[in-house]
Amino acid sequence: MAESQEWQVSRRRFLRIVSGGVAAGAVSLLLSDQIFEIIGWAPTDSRALAGQRKQWVMVIDLARCNGCGECTKGCSREHFVPQGQEWIKVFKVQNELGAEYFLPRPCMQCENPPCVKVCPVGATFRRDDGVVLIDHDRCIGCRYCMAACPYSARSFNWAEPAHTAEELNHTYSLEEPWPHRVGTVEKCMFCAHLTRHGKLPACVRACTAEMGDGAIFFGDLREDAVSNGVETIPLAKTLRERGGFRFKEELGTLPRVWYLPPRSN
Amino acid sequence: MASDLHADPILVRPLQETTWRFYVVCGVLAVIVIVGVAGYVTQLQNGLAVTGLNDKVSWGLYISNFVFFIGISHAGTLISAILRVSRAEWRRPITRMAESITVIAIVIAAGFPIIDMGRPDRLIHVFLYGRIQSAILWDFVSIFTYLTGSIIYLSLPMIPDAAILRAKYRLGRLREFFYNFLARRWTGNRLQKMSLEKAIGMMAVIIIPVAVSVHTVVSWIFGMTLRVGWHTAIYGPYFVVGAIFSGIATLLIAMAVFRKVYHLEKYITLKHFRNLGILLLVLDIVLIYFSLSDYLTAAYGSETQEVRWLEALSTGPYAFLFWGTFIGGFIVPAFLLGMKRTRTIPGIVISAILVDIGMWIERFLIVVPTMAAPQVPFDWGVYQPTWVEWSITAASFAGFALLYAIFSKIFPIVSMWEVQEGAEAPSEVPAPAGQVNA
Repeated sequence: MAESQEWQVSRRRFLRIVSGGVAAGAVSLLLSDQIFEIIGWAPTDSRALAGQRKQWVMVIDLARCNGCGECTKGCSREHFVPQGQEWIKVFKVQNELGAEYFLPRPCMQCENPPCVKVCPVGATFRRDDGVVLIDHDRCIGCRYCMAACPYSARSFNWAEPAHTAEELNHTYSLEEPWPHRVGTVEKCMFCAHLTRHGKLPACVRACTAEMGDGAIFFGDLREDAVSNGVETIPLAKTLRERGGFRFKEELGTLPRVWYLPPRSN
Repeated sequence: MASDLHADPILVRPLQETTWRFYVVCGVLAVIVIVGVAGYVTQLQNGLAVTGLNDKVSWGLYISNFVFFIGISHAGTLISAILRVSRAEWRRPITRMAESITVIAIVIAAGFPIIDMGRPDRLIHVFLYGRIQSAILWDFVSIFTYLTGSIIYLSLPMIPDAAILRAKYRLGRLREFFYNFLARRWTGNRLQKMSLEKAIGMMAVIIIPVAVSVHTVVSWIFGMTLRVGWHTAIYGPYFVVGAIFSGIATLLIAMAVFRKVYHLEKYITLKHFRNLGILLLVLDIVLIYFSLSDYLTAAYGSETQEVRWLEALSTGPYAFLFWGTFIGGFIVPAFLLGMKRTRTIPGIVISAILVDIGMWIERFLIVVPTMAAPQVPFDWGVYQPTWVEWSITAASFAGFALLYAIFSKIFPIVSMWEVQEGAEAPSEVPAPAGQVNA
């Protein structure tokens, strides 16, 4: 009987410990934000602060794009993009009426990015200037973001990328994430390191350099103007008058890249 | 006291004697596992580039295996928990077989997402920076809960058996360590028995929703994306039914093997095969129904993307696997299980093997064609698994069998006290009319 006594007491104690633990857990979860603040662990992700008040946006004029691929080359040079990857990729599109045009696809920098939503560790995040970045120190290489991206804008370093001396000399940062690392996901980031200094992204400059008057425009949504480096056009008015559209608008991802249709009028 | 329990020598014999055949089988399995480990070492050294995966098809065999093994793990839950809750007396000799499949399959399954990771060295990030908004975190939480619950659920009914073995047999230090760990304080008094029954009963109820959540959440990894073939509400129940389906099939195969190897004909009878065979048939029909709902909804609406995906499955590069699975894995087993003439032990075991092969291919067809389907106007992705992926896949199956074989040498694969209890207490529930007798 002594044994049964002990059994019951220990069960009661067990229940007390469990319920106490659950209660403590619930309370600390509720208070966690305050606790983090007290111990100086900011709940807001400081990586998400761009430090400048901009809302970057890109407009690609499909009527002007001739499919030369200079944008891809310019991008790859700028970021030492690993071989086999194209952060802005030019697709040849052909519809059943025989019309042919080229469609350059950078990262859409969605306002509602499916990739950010699914990342298990917050390695990919959207900054307050609308740019979606990847923290290559944090990425675990699960590739869920690649599965989730409706635009196939992401690439993976399947092996250790071939490095150049210049790339290896560079110090890694979030905006300039090279030397590139094996086992992590890569993509276009609107040349955040250039736009910070008031320069246009590499693809925009490469396009304009090739064509004289480029097909890719870039600017700040709040200024309502975009530029290809030669001419600056009003954003809302152009999109309205020339039937601007976004890729897979129906998905609700709200891309920050607009297209102007292949043949104007 | 433990002395009122006796152990049937048939059930203890596998623990006492091991034939040379057992060692040969284990040796072969171990070699397969070692080859797989070598494959994984190659992958660790060179990155995932040694696989057939690429930027278009970025998930392949590893994720298919993950889904498959999580599915297998549902054997234990259904057989043991549901049958226990519904007081189906015939369950007694097969519960432990089922529950051990669960634990082993979860352990194997949990390895695959890690094998698939580009940076397994950063696994700790999931704990440091985990975002509960991501379906992968849902998976982590529910799989760990399921694993913990399954281990408890497997261990509880082992306590009285451990007590018998501890009291009456000398089986070496390793096994005695396990028996002591489980049954050190077990005397078999009334209160202990009551507590044990209560605990098992509670775990049986708790484990059912946990198991359902696990495969639902696995399906949501796919279902929560915006991709063709994945983004459908049927995925949760579809995965759960498929999981139980393949789980029962695996249990049937295990039953046939253990019955033969350990001479358990007295315990595992035609009745067990038939009852489980009928459950398998029911799930087969539900799965066919779900598949029809899924594919017909996609085909009738005929959105551009859906049509492309369906064409790839039905007439394109995946047609052979697709129709092979549907006919060989779903339709043929339905006939074999449905017709009285083929509802024999060989017929049922053949169906179970077909079902397991079919369900593995089905998992592959869930993962790969959707990944290969173009999202932007470009060519279909191509995926050709390499020897590394195949060797790791083979190793996972061999590892599963090996762990299962070893488990059967540590604990009796038939729960001795539960069978005895069932035999002593006359069943309160009369057998339903028309029930098949062995």
